Amino acid sequence: MSLLDHIRDWFSFLQAVEPIRPQLLLALFGVGILLTDFLLESSQKVFNAVMAMMGVAFASIALWQINSQMHRDMLSAGKTFFADSILVDPFALFFSMIFLSAAALVILLSARYLNVEQEQHGEYYALILFATIGMITLVEGVDLVVQFIALETMAISFYVLAGFLRHDRRSNEASLKYLLLGAFSSGILAYGFSLLYGISGSTNLIEITGAIQDRSPNDPIVMLALVTVAAGLFFKVAAVPFHQWAPDVYEGAPTPITAYLSVASKAASFALLLRLFQSVFWPVRDHWQWLLGAVAVASMTVGNLAALGQKNVKRMLAYSSISHAGYVLLGLVAAGTPEGNSTGLRAVAFYLFAYAFMNFGAFAVVIILRRQGLIGDNLEDLDGLITRSPFAAVLLLIFMLSLAGIPPTAGFIGKYYIFLALIQSGHYYLAIFAAAYVVPALYYYFRVIVHAWLRPSTDAGVTLVTLGQKTALGIAGFVVLVAGIYPEPFIRLASASLFLPFPLGR
Amino acid sequence: MEFYHNHVLSIILLTPVVGALIAVFIPRQMDNFHRIWGNLFGILGMLVALPLLWWFNPDSTQRYQFVESAEWIPSIGAKYTLGIDGISFLLIMLTVLLGAISILSAWDAIKPRKKEFYILFLLLQTGMLGVFMSLDFFLFYVFWEITLVPMYFLIGVWGSDRRLYAAIKFFLYTLAGSVLMLLAILGMYFKYHEMSGAYTFDVQTLMAATQTFPFELQKWLFWGLFFAFAIKVPMFPFHTWLPDAHTEAPTAGSVILAGVLLKMGAYGFLRFSVPMLPAATKSAVWIIGILSLIGIIYGALVCMMQKDMKKLIAYSSVSHMGFVTLGLFALNQQGIAGSVIQQINHGISTGALFLIVGVLYERRHTRLISEFGGLSTPMPNFAAIYLIITLSSLGLPLLNGFIGEFTILNGAWQVSKTWAAWGVIGIILGAAYLLWLYQRAMFGPVTNPINEHLPDLNAREYCTLIPLVLLAFWIGIYPKPLFRYLDKPVQQIVQAVNPDYYKQAPAPAASMNQLPPAPPANSASPSAASDASGNH
Repeated sequence: MSLLDHIRDWFSFLQAVEPIRPQLLLALFGVGILLTDFLLESSQKVFNAVMAMMGVAFASIALWQINSQMHRDMLSAGKTFFADSILVDPFALFFSMIFLSAAALVILLSARYLNVEQEQHGEYYALILFATIGMITLVEGVDLVVQFIALETMAISFYVLAGFLRHDRRSNEASLKYLLLGAFSSGILAYGFSLLYGISGSTNLIEITGAIQDRSPNDPIVMLALVTVAAGLFFKVAAVPFHQWAPDVYEGAPTPITAYLSVASKAASFALLLRLFQSVFWPVRDHWQWLLGAVAVASMTVGNLAALGQKNVKRMLAYSSISHAGYVLLGLVAAGTPEGNSTGLRAVAFYLFAYAFMNFGAFAVVIILRRQGLIGDNLEDLDGLITRSPFAAVLLLIFMLSLAGIPPTAGFIGKYYIFLALIQSGHYYLAIFAAAYVVPALYYYFRVIVHAWLRPSTDAGVTLVTLGQKTALGIAGFVVLVAGIYPEPFIRLASASLFLPFPLGR
Repeated sequence: MEFYHNHVLSIILLTPVVGALIAVFIPRQMDNFHRIWGNLFGILGMLVALPLLWWFNPDSTQRYQFVESAEWIPSIGAKYTLGIDGISFLLIMLTVLLGAISILSAWDAIKPRKKEFYILFLLLQTGMLGVFMSLDFFLFYVFWEITLVPMYFLIGVWGSDRRLYAAIKFFLYTLAGSVLMLLAILGMYFKYHEMSGAYTFDVQTLMAATQTFPFELQKWLFWGLFFAFAIKVPMFPFHTWLPDAHTEAPTAGSVILAGVLLKMGAYGFLRFSVPMLPAATKSAVWIIGILSLIGIIYGALVCMMQKDMKKLIAYSSVSHMGFVTLGLFALNQQGIAGSVIQQINHGISTGALFLIVGVLYERRHTRLISEFGGLSTPMPNFAAIYLIITLSSLGLPLLNGFIGEFTILNGAWQVSKTWAAWGVIGIILGAAYLLWLYQRAMFGPVTNPINEHLPDLNAREYCTLIPLVLLAFWIGIYPKPLFRYLDKPVQQIVQAVNPDYYKQAPAPAASMNQLPPAPPANSASPSAASDASGNH
């Protein structure tokens, strides 16, 4: 074989892997970081962050190319690759965009944080990239095996990352707790997947959907598969009653990882949930509507009420994220009416998008407070933030307003869409319920504001905000405000990514 | 000029927020700059609104004037639609005036964190103006909520001792009401879609449709909106946030809270609940009427017991706003017109009363009535102005309060003589607690030696109080222009909710539909109005 043939082979290979090029680029840079890490002096370790950032940037460009290619080919329903195991559609691209933005923000926020923790290692950034690979593959997968592997890639990266502060007992506890409960839930999920395989004799979602459609909707095997898959996913999105891990893990993990976990991992798990519930379990939506409705109500109740008493900001945000999971599930409940409701799906997509940026911003403020000798995650540590860093305090206000759902922020539009979908689909009582919980939620979000804005500073230390942190905060704040004041383009994006009937690419 | 005329509402709306945005980038150390800048934009906000006095045509055949409309969120059918009628015109004028005055009143009173104060105050101005201008339900809701945040901080940062409690109580109470309102808005939105196939939040379009909604649905929607507005007004069982918020807020915050924010609730009833859901409104008249009367009497009685001047005036707001809702739900020309006039009057008198308490507080740092006494000796000019405002607030003829209360009672009388009777008792009690307060604070010998050498009003304080005093006299002596602005919009509301009203009305009212209109309340002199009602 001549050299030319080799080159030609390479080109055809590159062409063949185009749909997964973002993942490949991320993997390339991730492995690259692991290798170059050995060559770097401890003072040069920040270079790892730069490289990770480049990886995310290249992956974003590749994603953009795929997106424009799809537009050119008018593939609004997407296209499958690799023996129908990967589906590149607007849904996957929308979520991949959220993951890559979150990854970029988390890298921006990590560099100084790891310096303060004295844990500046290349593996950290590599693992973030690997987790991102898992997430992107997860939303593209339409095959149980691909989905499961992707989910585990993401989860295993997070198990390690949660315990990355080796000398911190809380971090170790978080990691172990997450690993044990995570493994348990993966087992349940795998059991559900095996039942699905048993029903259909295939791991392909389309075939499984067909097989379930042929069965009676009250088939106990289908019910068992539904319940086990749902339980596994409820764990991943931290919905009641599978939420107990969240506060401890959120509190113990390094804060940038908490942010990434609460935003991207949750969005990815929701994406999987959407994929499965909109395809495989769509024929039995009468059943899961009740299941999800009950879980949503329980999540909002537990999350909101438990958050009221928290003194630790990270724990408070953990409980609040449980209640946000409840709101997202409500959107799905609305979508699951017999004739389907696309407003519900749009609500879910927009809510997850808004949630990603606002929750990220909230954690980012906690990260900024971290410095030598101050963990910065107690409410008191926020005292007088307005005098120490007005920039961070103003953005904190925006994020808290958004989390509480007060206009003009993205969080309001998200909540608004959920109410919209609930009323449209006739779930009036759920709508009143969801609206009523806005009030206690505001109370605990504003406790944070009280500390940051209204209490005098008790802390003599200086709050330094690095340029990277400022950029990350600024971007998150900007998106939250713009998506609140002029949400039209974001709504369009969300509508294009999720619609009914949910196509699987054929 | 052409551009200005076409976009006058947007310009009025955005002037304060532009000032606030520029101030964000000025370093916080430049205290004096922020103070001047804030005042500048307070006054500028008033100046840009002044041309409306000439441009606004009260006899226009269009329901709304200066309408601007632009696409905002086409996906859900929300638009940026602004427009005003006579009611919103008066409230906007009140807002820009009280806004400028309160900003000026804060010159010395606000010491720490000046930058944030002025920024938040200007944002609050924009929020309130937006509420009065929006003709799109979604936009209205957004502005409605936006006002909460600056007010929360005004109370929470610059308030007195129990400020945190008062601030969050204010926020949570109002929010609880507004989320229910949001659901009601969505209810209308979908019902309209069901009927016509289009999604819209446009108030005018919805109004045509909502009137034909089935009664059961109207009732649900009405009560959904009711809580948001009733909490804001505040009506009797929902008023508990108000004394706390008023007492703890700084002077400027109290003035704007009493003067404008409370009017948002009454405005909501006027603009949305009543004309959009007439059948449900009628079914609720008695409940709301009785709640208003309880508010009037109860608020007045509680005033008698107060030791704190500011708390007394706060409870007097409950009583006075009771008149506003009483007149409103009389659902006739006099009642509603009187209700709007009373809103303006309450903004002027109670705003001024809070300024007066602020004057004393700046000098003595206490608001306890027992600390004062005999102040008319050291502060004669202050005493004179305070007396005028007290008399205006208690409804002495020739001052503004009388016009509003009289017209409201006139309207209430037509619904039920008992209502009017209880309302009169409220007026008597009002005179009692206000005069008693005045007597304890101002007359007699100076009991407290510290008070002997209190300085009289300074130039800035004159600037804040004199315009309100002049307005009080003007409205009291010659209220006709105000009624002229209200004729048309009130007529339209009454027509929607109480179409029979004009059929039974006496001769002058029968020619209602021909231009120019001459409804009974149009008459400037109260005696003429009472003649008209006497014909019933």
